[in-house]
Amino acid sequence: MKVFMLGWEFPPFISGGLGTACHGLTKAMSGLGIHVTFVVPKPVEPDLSSHVKMLSPLQCRPFKVSSVSGSRERPVEIEEKITNVSFRHIPSALKAYTTPEYYEHKIEDILTLRSRQAVMEEGIDPAIEQWLHETPPAIQQTEEHYGDDMYSEIHRYAAYAVRLALEEDFDIIHAHDWMTYPAGIAVASVTGKPLVVHIHSTEFDRSGEHVNQMVYDIERRGMQAAQKVIAVSHLTRNIVISRYGVLGEKVEVVYNGVEQNGENRALAFNRVGIRSDEKIVLFLGRITMQKGPEYFLMAARKVLEEDENVKFVMAGSGDMMHQIIEMAAQMGIGHKVLFTGFLRGKDVQKVYEMADLYVMPSVSEPFGIAPLEALNYDVPVLISKQSGVAEVLTHVLKVDFWDVNEMANKILAVLKYPPLQLTLREHGNFEVRRLRWEGAAEKCRDIYQGMLTHV
Amino acid sequence: MASVCFYFQVHQPFRLRHYTVFEKSPRYFDEFKNASICRKVANKCYLPSNRLLLDVIRRFEGRFKISYSITGVVLEQFEKYCPEVMSTFDALAQTGCVEFIGETYYHSLSFLYSSDEFIAQINKHSELIQQLYGQTPRIFRNTELIYSNALAETIEKMDRFDAIITEGADHILGHRNSNFVYRPPNCERLKLLLKNYSLSDDIAFRFSNKGWNEHPLTADKFANWINQVNGNGQCVNLFMDYETFGEHQWEDTGIFSFMSHLPEEVLRHPDNNFMTPSEVVDTYDAVDVVDVPRIISWADTERDLSAWLGNAMQSNALHEIYKFEKQIKQTQNEELLADWRRLQTSDHFYYMCTKYFADGDVHKYFNPYESPYDSYINFMNVLGNLRQQCMQALAGNGKTLCETS
Repeated sequence: MKVFMLGWEFPPFISGGLGTACHGLTKAMSGLGIHVTFVVPKPVEPDLSSHVKMLSPLQCRPFKVSSVSGSRERPVEIEEKITNVSFRHIPSALKAYTTPEYYEHKIEDILTLRSRQAVMEEGIDPAIEQWLHETPPAIQQTEEHYGDDMYSEIHRYAAYAVRLALEEDFDIIHAHDWMTYPAGIAVASVTGKPLVVHIHSTEFDRSGEHVNQMVYDIERRGMQAAQKVIAVSHLTRNIVISRYGVLGEKVEVVYNGVEQNGENRALAFNRVGIRSDEKIVLFLGRITMQKGPEYFLMAARKVLEEDENVKFVMAGSGDMMHQIIEMAAQMGIGHKVLFTGFLRGKDVQKVYEMADLYVMPSVSEPFGIAPLEALNYDVPVLISKQSGVAEVLTHVLKVDFWDVNEMANKILAVLKYPPLQLTLREHGNFEVRRLRWEGAAEKCRDIYQGMLTHV
Repeated sequence: MASVCFYFQVHQPFRLRHYTVFEKSPRYFDEFKNASICRKVANKCYLPSNRLLLDVIRRFEGRFKISYSITGVVLEQFEKYCPEVMSTFDALAQTGCVEFIGETYYHSLSFLYSSDEFIAQINKHSELIQQLYGQTPRIFRNTELIYSNALAETIEKMDRFDAIITEGADHILGHRNSNFVYRPPNCERLKLLLKNYSLSDDIAFRFSNKGWNEHPLTADKFANWINQVNGNGQCVNLFMDYETFGEHQWEDTGIFSFMSHLPEEVLRHPDNNFMTPSEVVDTYDAVDVVDVPRIISWADTERDLSAWLGNAMQSNALHEIYKFEKQIKQTQNEELLADWRRLQTSDHFYYMCTKYFADGDVHKYFNPYESPYDSYINFMNVLGNLRQQCMQALAGNGKTLCETS
């Protein structure tokens, strides 16, 4: 079976769980013998995703698509763990979680890119070329939040994806999250292959009730056009059905997994600013509205009223970061809350290893892979009930995100009662072992097979 | 001869209210929840079952007999929340066909931690039963049928019980069956009555199971199984939770009608009769010694303590509560002592059980908490406050002693 997969992120260029999920899923699919062509807007760093076989676009296509990775034009083969996945990338400034400021900053880069591309675009199918430049003005004008060029960027990605697709042989199109849906629809209509869209989060998770109409419309169109919709939890499945009007029979739940960390434990973390008798409570995630960072702070204040020997570490960055730093200062707990900024790789491992408890107070979390990683690192976990991962984990503490009193009560309990920590660790680690990407990949394969027999 | 011996366990714990670490109030129990559960179960089970059995006993004029073990904590709740249950049990006691069995007043695991406390709770329970029903229990059953040779020796020393009721677990019986009276090793006086778990569970667990190949279970079918014991046993010990009737098996399963018809079907065979546990003990000699060096219980498939002592939280919570037995008794404060004892009820530790994977459904059904972790946190918060109250009372006592001297 061959899958044409459309994604936005791949480690190490990640801003959230989407890249991690795509990495885990494709790796497991590869193990099942499924051939995946993974189309990403950014080139994959060879030294950081060392287990994948990467192919430069230049080697596989008669015309040039790649313009950003000029220095890497030969196939780079490192380890062969994901033998069946090849990566294709498209020049694009998009990131999965972009802010207007960030995007405006990028526009200039895009324009430069484009002038270079103009040279390369000779010889492309005129119909696709025309579509490449097509940007309906009515919709474009309504979009201020995401920057003017967002819509055309998505179309440009779609156009490149179509060109790549015409070169490839595959059975199924699998598109991850809204920015790839137009590409998915386009590839499906050009090739006639069945489309499955994979919902890692919806506009309602990202923006609450203040949805961006353009994003919502793209999501809705993608879900309607797809033969199957994969939701990462029943929580998300319910949103897909109730908010996007998709028939329930079309929507399958495939829970994310977690990769087992076989690495040796790192040496003791350099506990800068943390005394050895202090306990550490960790928040790890983007500091944005949907992740509930302010509830974490409110609970922290309550905890500190009972127990002073606790430090609260907030690892991550996001549009609420300044607001949260100020809030901590106003609460008078600024000296107890440490901000690390965005962490990746070994730093993530280190911060997990020093934590006594990981807290995910998300207001709306379609799944939430981070708690699985925490359990993998033997860290007990407290998650909000408003998260998809709460559906699959029993050996964790759960709380309503708004119930800061209870959140503080549970944080204190973990710090006060060692047997609680011990039991959560033992059972949690056992439980997380069963949540493998292999299971998710098998479920995807079954969905593909069901679609292919229907067609 | 097959003597059918019914024993029903009646128990409801004092459930704790939601208690965060920030709480300071020494009120630990959820009055509303306890009252509403007690009334609900009374209406679904205790009242209809008592009335039904009272009717059957009167109909059979002394030929139908049963026994109960009713914990002190549930009797306290009946008195408070549904006194009419008290009067129906009183009416049953008046028939002379009902025996009351002794146990620990607080349905506790005290045998495992403190033999002083264990004996004190048995005595407290016997006094209450004597006061309410005019009988001093002759038969003893321990919480969750937890039993071992050592327990038998402790009970033997109390010198007032004739027998102990426990689980007829396969591994203690070997090739023998539960339908005889046995005795523990190293005991002169005590006998053992062992639960026939197969026939008991046919009623208690499988009765309404449509996937069971004997479903539906009728009174005459069950009576036939009893008849088959003739020649290979003397007594059939049917021990189960009283809540089986109407609560675990709902009325619409036909459980009440089954119980109403069972006596006449059993008595149809001339060699069958009904006996109370004391009558069984008086009628039949012990045929053999049953050796139980390691603790057993009636729970789950393992028949061990793992439902109450299976993880670090459970053993920690139990250890912590018995750790200040001495101090709490030193306060001589009856209220503190009663709260401390109510926290010993085994249900609190059962709620902390993480053994979901095999026996999960049963555990979850009876659990008022969303997770075992929540129950441990709540329990430990309460215990922390109680310990503080105890220490304050002791400090206060110390001060008054100093002042008076």
